[in-house]
Amino acid sequence: MPELLDLAQRIAADARPGEQVEAYVSWHRDTDIRAYGGEVESLSSAESSGIGVRVLVGNRQGFAYVGNLDEGLAREALEEARDNAGFATHDEHAGLAVPDGVPVAPLELWDDALGALATEAKVALALDLERRVRAGDARIRQVVSSDYGDALGESAIATSTGIASSSRRTTCYLAADVVAGAGDDTQTGDGYTVGRGPGDLDVEAAVRDAIERSTRLLGARKPHSARLDVVLDRRVTATLLAVLAGTLSGEEVAKGRSLFAGRVGEEVAVPAITLVDDPTNPLAFGAAAVDAEGLACRRNALVEAGRLTGFLYDSYSARLAGTRSTGSAVRGGFKSTPGVGARALALVPGTLDQREVVRLVGDGLLVQGISGVHSGVNPVSGDFSVGAEGLMIRGGELAEPVREITIASTIQRMLQHVIAIGADVEWLPSSAAGVSLAIADIAMSGD
Amino acid sequence: MTTSTSELVDASVVERTLGVAMRHGAAFAEVFVEDKRTTGISLDDRRVEELTSGRDRGAGIRVVVGETTGFAHTADLSEKGLAEAAEAAAAVARSGGGGAREVALGDRRPVAPSRAEILPEGVEKATKVELLRRADEAARASGSSIVQVSAGYGDSRRRILVANSDGLLTGDDQVRTRFSVMCVASGDTGMQTGYESLALTVGFELFDRFPVEDAASVAAGRAVAKLSARPAPSGVLPIVIKSGTGGILFHEACGHGLEADHVVKDASAYRGRIGELVASPLVTLVDDGTPADQWGTASIDDEGRPAQRNVLIENGVLVDYMWDHLRARKEGRESSGNGRRQSYQHLPMVRMTNTYLIAGKDDPDEIVAQTPYGVYVAKLGGGQVNTATGDFVFGMTEAFLIENGRITEPLRDANLIGNGPDVLRKIDAVGDDFEMCPGTCGKDGQSVPVGCGQATLRVSGVTVGGTAGA
Repeated sequence: MPELLDLAQRIAADARPGEQVEAYVSWHRDTDIRAYGGEVESLSSAESSGIGVRVLVGNRQGFAYVGNLDEGLAREALEEARDNAGFATHDEHAGLAVPDGVPVAPLELWDDALGALATEAKVALALDLERRVRAGDARIRQVVSSDYGDALGESAIATSTGIASSSRRTTCYLAADVVAGAGDDTQTGDGYTVGRGPGDLDVEAAVRDAIERSTRLLGARKPHSARLDVVLDRRVTATLLAVLAGTLSGEEVAKGRSLFAGRVGEEVAVPAITLVDDPTNPLAFGAAAVDAEGLACRRNALVEAGRLTGFLYDSYSARLAGTRSTGSAVRGGFKSTPGVGARALALVPGTLDQREVVRLVGDGLLVQGISGVHSGVNPVSGDFSVGAEGLMIRGGELAEPVREITIASTIQRMLQHVIAIGADVEWLPSSAAGVSLAIADIAMSGD
Repeated sequence: MTTSTSELVDASVVERTLGVAMRHGAAFAEVFVEDKRTTGISLDDRRVEELTSGRDRGAGIRVVVGETTGFAHTADLSEKGLAEAAEAAAAVARSGGGGAREVALGDRRPVAPSRAEILPEGVEKATKVELLRRADEAARASGSSIVQVSAGYGDSRRRILVANSDGLLTGDDQVRTRFSVMCVASGDTGMQTGYESLALTVGFELFDRFPVEDAASVAAGRAVAKLSARPAPSGVLPIVIKSGTGGILFHEACGHGLEADHVVKDASAYRGRIGELVASPLVTLVDDGTPADQWGTASIDDEGRPAQRNVLIENGVLVDYMWDHLRARKEGRESSGNGRRQSYQHLPMVRMTNTYLIAGKDDPDEIVAQTPYGVYVAKLGGGQVNTATGDFVFGMTEAFLIENGRITEPLRDANLIGNGPDVLRKIDAVGDDFEMCPGTCGKDGQSVPVGCGQATLRVSGVTVGGTAGA
């Protein structure tokens, strides 16, 4: 949208001598539909937009935002940000990104078909998903929600230091939350499918996941505590990698809040582990051509054959560490300043499918889902303890379901105890890809 | 001090907007207007990184037709902008009805002025910044093992107007202030973290009541203590939870399961159990939007219903669920004042306010003394629940071993896991030392401020998710 970039550039052009100004402008249109009991429970459709203005006066930073595209209010935000800068501490490393000459990868993240899809068709998708999940298995007692959602979004960044970039993307999803029952027992599960346009949605996969994930836990019991090998299901691995990303942030490292600080070059994992963040991979849900400061996104290898090779940086953390930005700035929207983050973190896959990984483990636990990640994984100490549910593995086959357990170790130990990585990479709606991952010697707490 | 919702949108414009929303034959329509100003300041690595000012202003319009809710929002508060949003929300009903519909706002309830003594906009930015520096210094002065400190200050003033087709017109002026400190301690065993936060529905007077230095030294102390911590045990053990942060146990173990939207969809372990004994007779659980200054307190909920005190479980017996307007309307009853929303861009749903367990009679020290072996949880982190099965987890961020009735060694962080109905039955002691604590509750992608509270209590057996043999 040229208008967004024009607006951003007009704001950035207001920089006074000795100042740097950045304007981040975003707009999106969201549709959210929830089906329940064969009816539309809610339908919401709205546009949102806003402008975030960052100002550096000398080397002090201030920020302000406004929740619309009014240019007059944006100029008031600029004044406010300027005033706010006066209260920050002098910081020789503070500053905006400057163009670094890295070419922007050609990525098409926009599907015209989504904009053309009528609301009625979206409603039909949500209702159809609900119907199919209900009809798919007699043990499905309730489809708590069957959701269709989509977003068309555009954003632009301009700075007085020469950055001018814009990007646009579409996303859509279908998701069902279900309750399965047998006798007195109740279990839950969910299934979803995501894409850039309606043609990417695999409704059948969402239906299958919702049914399998809920019904296969029926009859689950709490097992006795044990120390065992586990296979993390794809979604669980993606969650784990997203946590790991926090420890590989150059900012957290520079500020002494990462368990990997000072360990570049060391073997932090088994040789099978190669970990890459590559937002230029169009398959990745988090794919992006430019980062949140307007620099080109690029492929960054973080662990190669078990050896820690580097960290992710935005402009500020790169200056702190005496290096260059890796194009890894991310931001939560126009209401916040950029920080460091991964967008498309993935383990280089192995050769086995999940059934073969399970067979390799022989006896252990397939972890279908985990809970309490935000309270149970400490990226500074590495302590790891989360709630879990899944299926026991006996004689190389999936056996009885278990629930109300925790699995615990430390991030450091888990990386050194990887037994196998699956070949079953799946790009989930996350900053990381899912893949089956077998890890030895985990403490499972139960009865 | 007086405040009027007319500053947000004129009442006659609201009436006409509701008329537009209703004209295709809706059963109910609502206009929610919000004007929110926020300040955030962050300090990290000894530097005040930035001061952020934000302004969000807009309206969310909801239209109910049959079983369907249509929703739209706009940042344009002109009559034209509101009418467009009302048309969009009403589009769900386009096939039926027709014609104009008059809405008269007859039920006009006065807007309660904010109770804040010192409004955030009346405090110099420099004064706010100074708090962060003081916290940084206090944390670092707590010991040479403190290697990193980050701190955050935030205030918000949120003025809302709620009007609906039942004729209600009301509003609120909500001022909240928060402060948090995170410390990293480093030693021979690696690094550990400690955290403490202050958050109340008050203005800048928060800091007259709670000096930031105290919060900073508490956070630092937690990090330092864990340097010598041993791995938490693994297995089922009695736990004693200190007053305050343990309230999250109830928020997760049963609070969410008592939200009517989960209940009516058969996604709650507590469905159909009104009148049954669902907890130990020592448990009387309340959700209460009224206590002065608490983080989940407000004069009205985000549907305009005055805050009230709702007894959910009384002496172990399930008394009632929590209700918002929509679910209550379907059941032909009154809302319990639990309809809340993150912002004008979100639909309201059933949410907790301040959820707490009424204090008991036991001496907290005696509860520990009568526990031969177990875990003493001094601070809980966040939690998560599956309302349909009742299984929940919550994290211990400050915990100690109990040996022979005495609190002994510190333990490393770990999650606890339990089943809500099961844990409620296993509460076998409740102390007389009640405390509240603030939290942020996430549900269906929306975050709202909530309070939690309890007295020191014991659960006879919970699974502790550590790595050491229990």
